[in-house]
Amino acid sequence: MSVTSQERPSAALVRAAGAVPPGLARRVRGLSDRSLAWLFITPVMVLLLAINIFPLIWAVRLSFTNYKSNRPNAPLRWVGLDNYADILSDPDVWHSMQVTAHFVVWTIVLQMLLGFGLALLINRKFRGHGFWTTVILLPMMLSPAVVGNFWTFLFQPQIGLFNNAAAFLTGGDPSGFQMIGDVTLAPWTIVLVDTWMWTPYVMLICLAGLRSIPEDIYEAAEVDRASPLRQFWTITLPMVLPFLMLAVLFRGIENFKMFDMVNLLTSGGPGSVTELASITLKREAFEKWRTGYSSAFAVILFVTVFGAANIYVRALNAVKQR
Amino acid sequence: MSAPPASHLATARSIVEASPRSRAAAGLVVVAYALVTVAPLLWIVATSFKSPSDAIAYPPKVLFQPTLEGWVNLFTVRTRQSPEFMATLPPPETWWDRLARSHDMVIAGPSKVAPRFVNSLVVGFGSTFLAVLLGTLAAYGFSRFRVPLADDLLFFILSTRMMPPIAVAIPIYLMYRELGLNDTYMGLILLYTAVNASLSVWLLKGFMDEIPREYEEAALVDGYTRLQAFRKVVLPQAITGIAATAIFCLVFSWNEYAFALLLTSGNAQTMPPFIPFIIGEGGQDWPAVAAATTLFLVPMAAFTVILRKHLLRGITFGAVRK
Repeated sequence: MSVTSQERPSAALVRAAGAVPPGLARRVRGLSDRSLAWLFITPVMVLLLAINIFPLIWAVRLSFTNYKSNRPNAPLRWVGLDNYADILSDPDVWHSMQVTAHFVVWTIVLQMLLGFGLALLINRKFRGHGFWTTVILLPMMLSPAVVGNFWTFLFQPQIGLFNNAAAFLTGGDPSGFQMIGDVTLAPWTIVLVDTWMWTPYVMLICLAGLRSIPEDIYEAAEVDRASPLRQFWTITLPMVLPFLMLAVLFRGIENFKMFDMVNLLTSGGPGSVTELASITLKREAFEKWRTGYSSAFAVILFVTVFGAANIYVRALNAVKQR
Repeated sequence: MSAPPASHLATARSIVEASPRSRAAAGLVVVAYALVTVAPLLWIVATSFKSPSDAIAYPPKVLFQPTLEGWVNLFTVRTRQSPEFMATLPPPETWWDRLARSHDMVIAGPSKVAPRFVNSLVVGFGSTFLAVLLGTLAAYGFSRFRVPLADDLLFFILSTRMMPPIAVAIPIYLMYRELGLNDTYMGLILLYTAVNASLSVWLLKGFMDEIPREYEEAALVDGYTRLQAFRKVVLPQAITGIAATAIFCLVFSWNEYAFALLLTSGNAQTMPPFIPFIIGEGGQDWPAVAAATTLFLVPMAAFTVILRKHLLRGITFGAVRK
C-alpha cells in the first residue's frame, strides 16, 4: 500500500508547509503534545485497567482464600498458598495439562506441515489460485463454538458425513467407530477439527513469508546449479522460518487457551481424555464453584502462557536478527 | 508478483517460475484440499434444507427433496396436535403454517432465535464501535506522540489477550454480580470492547504509521489544531484501516462463546451459546441446527471475501503486513 503525495489532495498542504517558518510549526505542534498524548491513550488504558487488570488483581487475591462464589456470605478464610499447593499436587490438573500439551503440540505440528505445504503449492500461482485460497480460508473465520457443535453432527457414528467418508475410503463400516465417544480417538478428533479450522491461518502466514523472498536469490542459486531440494533447505526454509515461528506463537497461545470448540465437540469426554486446562478450569470455577481454588489455577495458567510467550518472543527475535 | 525479465526466459527455469506441469499438479492438490475443507460446510448448508428424516438417513442422502422445514422449525415453536383438532382450525394463512400442519404441528409462536440473533447484532456492533473508537484514539497517540514506555504499554495491551477466557471470566463474573452487569448488553459490550481493544490498537497503529506525518504537519502549519488535523487529515486517510479493523472486531464479538456462555443466560445471550440448545421432539433437530449454523456463518464467509486483502494483517495483530 504505497501513498504518493501527488495523488492526494493534501499535497497542497505539504507544499504550503515549506512556505512557513519552521519555528512556528514546531511551536504549534509542541504546544501541549504530552497532555494530548495522554488524552488519546487514557480511555483505552482505563478500560483495560477496569476490565483486565482490576479483575486480575482480584483473582490473585481470591487465590489465597477459600472463597466459593455460590456462597458469597460464608466467612472468608485466608489459606495462604494452600490452593497453589493443592493444584500442583492434583493428578487431575496434571492430567489436563498433559491433554493440553498433546493438543497444542499435535495441532501445531500438523498445521505447520499442512499449512507450509499448501503455501508452497499456492505459491506456484496456478490459474485460479486466488479463488481457491479464499475457499481454503473460510473455516478460520467461523465461530469455533458453532464449528464444534456442527462437527458433532458430522461425527455421528452411522449417519455422519465424516464416518461415511472415512468408511468409504478405508472400506470399513461407518458405524464401526466413534470419533467422539472413543477414548483413543477423541484426543485426535479435537486435533483433527482444530487442524481443519486453522491450517489456513498457518498457510496465510507462510505465503507471506514465501512472497517476502527476493527472486534474485533463487536466480543466483540457479546459476550455481543448486538443486531444487538444496534451494529449499538453504533459501526457502531459513527465509520463511521467522514467519513459521510467528505462526507457532499465535497458534500455541490460542490452543493453550482453547475452550469453545472442544467444549462443544466433546466437552472434555469421554471420561476426561479431552479435558483441556480451560475445561477443567470451567468445571472448578462454574460447576463446583471453587472460586479460590480455580483463581489460583487461572493465575498459574496465565503465568505459564505469559512466561512461555516472553521466552519464545526472545527466541524469535534472535532468529530474525540472524 | 512481476514476470521474470525477458532475458531470463531462455535460460533454465527456476523454482520461482514453476513449469506448467508442476503448476497444474500444484493446482490439482490445492483444489482437492479446498474441496475437502469446504465439504463439511456445504453439507451443513444442505442439511438445513433437508427434512428431519432425510438429515439422519443412512446412507446419508446427497440428493434429496429440499424443504424449508428446518428453517420454519428454527424460527417457530410448534405443538403437535391430533388430526381431529386440526380439522377444527381455520385453514392455514401462510406457507409456514401450511408446512407445519402437514406434519401434524401447529405453530404456537416465534422461537427465541430472532431475539438471540438481535443480541448478537447489538453486542457485536456496540463493542465494535467502542473498540474502534478507543483503538483509533490510542493508536494515533502511540503513532504520533512520544509516549513514555510506549513499547511496554503496547505489550501490556497485547498481553491482555493472552489470558484464557475462562480465567478472565472468574473475577469478571464476581465483579459483574456486584455491579448488576451479568446478563446485560452493557456487561458483554464492555468485556468484548476490552478484548478487542488490543487488536484494534495494534492494527490501527500499523495503519497510522503508514500515513506520512508531513500531511498533518502541513495542516498544523496552516493553522489547524492537533484535533482538527487528526479529524480532517489523518482519519480520512486511515479509513480503510479503520474499516478493516472494525470487521475484525465484529468477527471476534460475533464468534465469541466462552464469555457469552458464562456471563449471559437469557436477556443478553448471543447466538453461539444458544445454537447447541436448539432441540426438537426427541433430540436435536438437525435441520434447524444446520439452519441456525448457516444463518450464523454466512456473514463471516462474506467477511472473509471482503477482508481478503487485510486478512493476514488482522490475524497477526499487524505483525505481518504484506
